[in-house]
Order: sequence, then structure tokens, then C-alpha cells
Amino acid sequence: MDIWSTLSDTFLDWESMKAVLPEMLKVGLVNTLILAAASVVLGTVLGMVVAVMGLSRRRWLRWPAKIYTDIFRGLPAILTILLIGQGLSPITRHWWGPNPYPLGILALSLIAAAYIGEIFRSGIQSVEKGQLEAARALGFTYTSGMWLIVIPQGVRRVLPALVNQFIALVKESSLVYFLGLLASQRELFRIGQDAAATNGNLSPLLLAGIFYLIITVPLTHLVNYFDKRLREGRPTAELEVEELVHADHR
Amino acid sequence: MPTIADTAPADTTFRAASLELSGIELAFGTNKVLRGVDLVVPAGRTACVIGPSGSGKSTLLRATNRLLEPDAGDIRLGGESVLRSNPDELRRRIGMVFQHFNLFPHKTVLENITLPLRKIKKLTPEGAVAAARIQLELVGLREKESARPGNLSGGQQQRVAIARALAMKPEVMLFDEATSALDPELVKGVLSLMADLASAGMTMIVVTHEMGFARQVADQVAFMDRGVVVEAGAPDKLFTAAESPRLQQFLSQVL
Repeated sequence: MDIWSTLSDTFLDWESMKAVLPEMLKVGLVNTLILAAASVVLGTVLGMVVAVMGLSRRRWLRWPAKIYTDIFRGLPAILTILLIGQGLSPITRHWWGPNPYPLGILALSLIAAAYIGEIFRSGIQSVEKGQLEAARALGFTYTSGMWLIVIPQGVRRVLPALVNQFIALVKESSLVYFLGLLASQRELFRIGQDAAATNGNLSPLLLAGIFYLIITVPLTHLVNYFDKRLREGRPTAELEVEELVHADHR
Repeated sequence: MPTIADTAPADTTFRAASLELSGIELAFGTNKVLRGVDLVVPAGRTACVIGPSGSGKSTLLRATNRLLEPDAGDIRLGGESVLRSNPDELRRRIGMVFQHFNLFPHKTVLENITLPLRKIKKLTPEGAVAAARIQLELVGLREKESARPGNLSGGQQQRVAIARALAMKPEVMLFDEATSALDPELVKGVLSLMADLASAGMTMIVVTHEMGFARQVADQVAFMDRGVVVEAGAPDKLFTAAESPRLQQFLSQVL
């Protein structure tokens, strides 16, 4: 038995890839992007709320944020998605029918918010105390000093970690398939899996994998870019001018 | 470079106010850092506060603008008690300059000054930029307005910090070891800016280790140790004829 031909039959069956490609592009990619983008937005907003609550001087705000983070960071994602996606659907089906997307997005966002909240919190806490002190000395209130001075700096510092979390969300979005999807609702993984089952080989799944990489690899490069900029400082027009001046002197 | 004294009538009409601290006490838990501090600075005068590390000098400045709330005592600004008013509004009347500058690193030099003008003083964007440029001109850094603080020297950063505080038109300025974090060659520029400000008639409390500055610029010098003002008076008298043994010992170590 030729190993190479067996592997190539299993993973590189161009015909079955070609057959599934249009659906992957028009349905799967679109749905994955919708799921990921909606969860990124909602998860980031909720994460900021969790972070600010967690940093509050008031205990009754701090504790719920702590408990929330412990629960949603501590449970397997698939368990949370099933509990919320299936458990709440008898209630929500009165509003938007049996569509699993809203609850799927909610579950993904709740999970992401626990991680993103911790990322934001560590970033905000890493900002030197002197920044808030200077803001307050100028007459800013505690709240406006936090929102205008401290939080923007904290968020900048954790951009790499934040984008990593977005990458995780793109991948985790595939888990909504456990909630049962109509043909038009299938995302990349589910389309790949269905086609793989029909054709009896894994090439469509490999194609799905390539689509995931097309989304996530540029994001990892974005992480590296942010990381580099944080370490080396951001290039400014000022610096370039100074470099030119120095070059003249040389 | 125009000095503050040169341009004061046109650009910086100070409403310098007197500042009186009486019986200020402040504790961190059981650690009593200030134990009844009295200090009176008449309008337009400069008081230098000297003393060993841990004597409560920086805490005294933070109690003065209520970044730290005093446990007891009274603060009178322009003759009026301010301990029961809104602390945010009090801080808008008192400028403060820090040892580590504390410029906002994510903003340009110009934005560091315009941000509080716009958000707190509610100036229009154009008005804030115009006011900020006047201050930058005074500290000799107009050409650096689009730089980020990280690209400036320590001395330049501190001058921007002074410009930022002055742009808010404070009635009193507090300096917390403003030159302690600077390389030696950069100290002079900042000190001469502070001296200009003093001679232009700003009310100032200057916590400093620069004895030369205290001697030349201060109208009065207060020596603090262990949370109290041990001895205060005119600089000539204090530096040449110290009465208390603690001040004599301190001076013998630093001079």
C-alpha cells in the first residue's frame, strides 16, 4: 500500500474540495466571520465592564466581577455554549424563533468577556500610579481620569493579548455547531465536516482549516506588529526628522 | 527664549493667592506621617520645604491639594477654608509638578496641555491650542509640540509638565522634587524656569533637595522632620544660623 497515495486520497482530493468551495465561501466563511465579529465586539464591551467593575473601590462591584470571571473562565467552552444555547432557547424562541445564532454569540461573548476582562484589568493596573495622580492634580475627577488617561494607556499595552483572544474566538466559533444549524447557518467547520462525511474523505475539512488560517494568520502578524511597536516605541514624524538631521551631520 | 517675567503682563496674569496650612495631620493606618504642620505662604511668595527622606514633605504637598485627605487641620486658599469644598475644584486652582513628570505618554506635548483645558476648563479646541502654545512658548518648547513625551529629555518633559500646570491658570503651584529625577546637566534649565515663575509672582511651595535654589529663590524655608515643621524662616537665617540641632545636623550632611 502506497502511503503517499492513501494520504493524498484522504486529504488532497481536489474534486471534493472544489465541490464544497462555493458553499464554504458564500455560507461558511460569512457565518464564521459574523459569529466571530459579533462575539469580539460584545465580548470586548462586556470584558471592559468586567474589568472596570473588578478594579472598583466598591466591594459590591468587585465581587460579582470576580465570581463572573471564575465561573466563565473555569468552565469548558462547549459546556457553557450548550447550557446557554440549549437551555435558554425555550425562552428566546418567542423572540427570534429557533435560530441558534443569538444565543451562540451570547455564550461565546460571555466566555470571551471573562478572559478579556482579565486582560484589560492587568493592562489598566500596569499603568503607573502617577498617571492618575497627575490627572487628578489637574482637576480631573476619578472617573474621567480613568477613562481619559489610565484606561487608554492600559488597553494599548494589552493589544497583543487582546488580539490573541480574538484569534481564540474565531476558532471557538466552530463550537456553535453543537447547537444544531440549518443549512444556511453552517459555518466553516460544519460545512467541512458535512462534506467530509458525504465524500468519505477529509479534504473538505482541510479546506475549512485553510480558511481558518486565512483569518487567523494575519491576526497573529497583527499581534507581532503591536508587540514590536510596544517594545520599540512608535515611530513618529519627529523621530524621522531628527534622524534626517543626524544623517546630515554624518 | 522669553522668560516668564518678560511676558508675564501680557500672557500670564496670575491670580496668585495666599495659602495657609494649619495643624495638618495625616496618617496611613497607624503611621502618622504629618503631625500638625503649619505653613503660611503669602500671595506671590515662594516657600521651600527641605528635610530628610520620609519626613513627610511630599505627603504635605498631596494633603495641600487633597490628593490625600488630611485627618485634621485646615487649608485656607486666598483666606478661604477649602477642606469642605469639592476637592476636584480645589485642584483646578492648585497646579502640581511631580518628580517623575507624569506626562501622558500616549498624547503629544500639545495634547498633554490641551486635554485638561478642553475637558476641565471647557475651552474650544482652537482656544485650547492657542492657550497651550502660549505656555509652550514660555517654557521654550514650542517647536516640540507634536513630539511624544518619550522622545523628549527629562528636562524638556518637566518643562512641559510645568507648562501643562500653568495653562490651567492656578493660584498656587506645588513642586514635588521637580529636579530629583533629572540628569545633572538638565537641572539648571528647570530650576531657572521655576525661579522665573517665582519672580513673576506665583505663590509656590517647592519641596526640594536643591539647597542653592532654596537659598536664592525662597522667601522662606521650612525644615521638616518626622511630620512636623521643626524650624522655618528666611533662607539666610536658616542656612547660616540654624537653631535646632536636627536642622544643624541635616545641613551639615547636605551642604
